[in-house]
Amino acid sequence: MSRYSKDWFLVWSLRICAFVAGAITLLVAVFIVGESLPALRHVGVSRFFTDPSWHPDEFAAQGTFNLVPMLAGTLIIMTGSVLLATPFGIAAAVFCHYYAPPFIARIYRRILELLAGIPSVVFGFWGLVVLVPIINQIQPPGQSVLAATLILALMILPTIALMADAALANVPVDFQRAAASLGLTHWATIRGVILPAARSGLFTGVILQSGRAIGETLAVLMVAGNIPKIPSSFFEPARTLTANIALEMAYALGDHRSALFVTGFLLLLIIIALVAAAEWISKGRIYD
Amino acid sequence: MTDLTLRQTSNWQDRVAAGVMWLMASLVMAVFFWLITSIVRHGLPALSWEFLTAAPSNQGRSGGIGPILVSTLLILIVCMAVSLPIGLGSAILLAEFTPESQWYGRLVRLSLDVLAGIPSIVFGLFGTVFFCQVLGMGYSILAGGLTLACMVLPILIRTSEMGLSSVPQEYRAAAASLGISKTSSLIHLLLPAAIPGLLAGFILGLGRAIAETAALLFTSGYVDRMPESLLDSGRSLTVHIFDLAMNISGGNQNAYGSALVLLIFLLIINGSASWIANRWLHRRIIRT
Repeated sequence: MSRYSKDWFLVWSLRICAFVAGAITLLVAVFIVGESLPALRHVGVSRFFTDPSWHPDEFAAQGTFNLVPMLAGTLIIMTGSVLLATPFGIAAAVFCHYYAPPFIARIYRRILELLAGIPSVVFGFWGLVVLVPIINQIQPPGQSVLAATLILALMILPTIALMADAALANVPVDFQRAAASLGLTHWATIRGVILPAARSGLFTGVILQSGRAIGETLAVLMVAGNIPKIPSSFFEPARTLTANIALEMAYALGDHRSALFVTGFLLLLIIIALVAAAEWISKGRIYD
Repeated sequence: MTDLTLRQTSNWQDRVAAGVMWLMASLVMAVFFWLITSIVRHGLPALSWEFLTAAPSNQGRSGGIGPILVSTLLILIVCMAVSLPIGLGSAILLAEFTPESQWYGRLVRLSLDVLAGIPSIVFGLFGTVFFCQVLGMGYSILAGGLTLACMVLPILIRTSEMGLSSVPQEYRAAAASLGISKTSSLIHLLLPAAIPGLLAGFILGLGRAIAETAALLFTSGYVDRMPESLLDSGRSLTVHIFDLAMNISGGNQNAYGSALVLLIFLLIINGSASWIANRWLHRRIIRT
C-alpha cells in the first residue's frame, strides 16, 4: 500500500471494481445453488438419475425428474460436434499457415474472425429453415441429433480454427528450418514436427470450445427436436440440458422450477471441470 | 515420432496432403457461404426503411422491427454503461497495480476465467432470480442489460488488459522518474496510449451482447411494444428472431429480415474491432 500512498483513492476504487467483477462468479454460484436446494431436498439427488422419466411437477412427489436423457443428449451432441469441427478447424488453420498464399491467408483469417461472431440464433434459424428440411427428406422428422450436431459443429468451427491458428503461430520458426534441413517434405514437417509441437495449444482450444458446445442453448434448441428421451439414432430428436431450462422456465413453478435450477447447476459443474482441464493442459502439465 | 518414417514421406503424399488441406479449407468456406447467401437472399426483400421503423403487427408476421431495435439499443446501453466502468477499473488494477503473484489479482483472474465459461442460459437463470426477483426489477430492459453486463465483463476485462499491456514499459518508467503520481500518469499517459485496445474491448463486448439470446429470454422478456422506460419489458432482436422462427408460423419472412439486420450490425461491430486490433495492437483477438 505504501508504494501507492499518493494514489489511495484510485487504488481503492479500482480494488472495488475488481471486487465487484470477481464477486459476480460467486453470486451466480450462490443463487443457482440456492434455488436448486428445494428440489435437491424434496426430490433428492438420486431421483434425478433414477426416475423413470422427465415429467416434472410443481410438487416433487407427483412428478418424475430424470435428467439422464438431457445429460446424454448434451454429451452426444457435444462430442459429435467437437469430433466433426476439430479436424476441419485444424485443417483450416494449417491451410492458413502453410499452404495458402499470404493474401489468401489474410483474407481467410479475417473471414473466420467475422464468422466467429455470428449469433447462435442465426445458426439455429438457418438450421431450422435449411438443414432440417433436407434431413427430413432423408429420414423424418428432421429435427434431430444430426441436425443439432451439424449446426453446433459449424458454430464452434471458426473459433477452433482461430485458436489453432494462434497455437501454430507460437511454434518457433527454428523447428521448421531444422525440419527442412533434415530434408523432410512439407507435409512430413507439419505432421511430424509442427502439430506435435503445437498440441497443447490445440487441445486447449478444443476443450474450451467443448465448453461452448455444452453451454449453447438456442442453436441446439431450434433444431434438436427436444424430446426428453435418450436418442437411439442420429435421426431421432433429443433434448439438451440447456434446452431443458429454456423450454420450461417460462411456466415452471415450485419444485419444477427448482429442478430447472438443478439442471443449471449440473451444467455449471461440467463447465468448471472443463475450464480446470483447459487450465491444466494450457500449462503443459499434462505432458510432464 | 520416428524420423525414419517421416523421411520416407514421398512426394505424392505431400501433394495429396496439400490437396486435402485446400479441399477442407474450401469446404469450410463453402458451407458458410451457403449460410450467408441464403440469409441475404431471403432477407434482402424484407429490408426497407418501413421495416426498420414500423411496429410489428400480427405477432410479428407483418410490420417491422422499430420497437425491437429501440429495446435492443436500450439493453445494450444499460449493459455497456454498467460493465464499462467496472471492467475498465478491474483491467487497470490487474494490468497496472497487481503483480501476477499477488493473491487478490490471482483470485479475481480465476473468478473471471470461470465467469467466461458459464453458459449464457445459466446467466439467464441467475438474472431472473437476482435482478428480476431479489432486486425487484421484474422482466425489464434494466434486468436484461444488467444480466448481459455480467456476461460481457470477462471479455471486456481481458481485452482492456491486453490494450494496457501493449503500452511500452518505458512510459511507466519515465512517468515514475518524473515523480508523477500513478493517478495522473494513468489519466494523462497510459489510458490515452491504450485507447485502441480499450476501444477494441468495448466493441467486442458490444458484439457479444448484441448476439446474445438465451440470457435475455427470462430477464428482458418478450413484449414487442415500444418501451416507455427501462423498467418495461423489451424484446431484443435475437429474441425476436427466435420467437418468429419457433413460435409463429408464417414468421419466416420477417425472421430472415431481422437476421440480416443483426448480421449487418455484427459485421460492422466485429469488423471494426478486428480492424482496430490488427491496425494498432498488431495482434488478433479470439473470442472464446
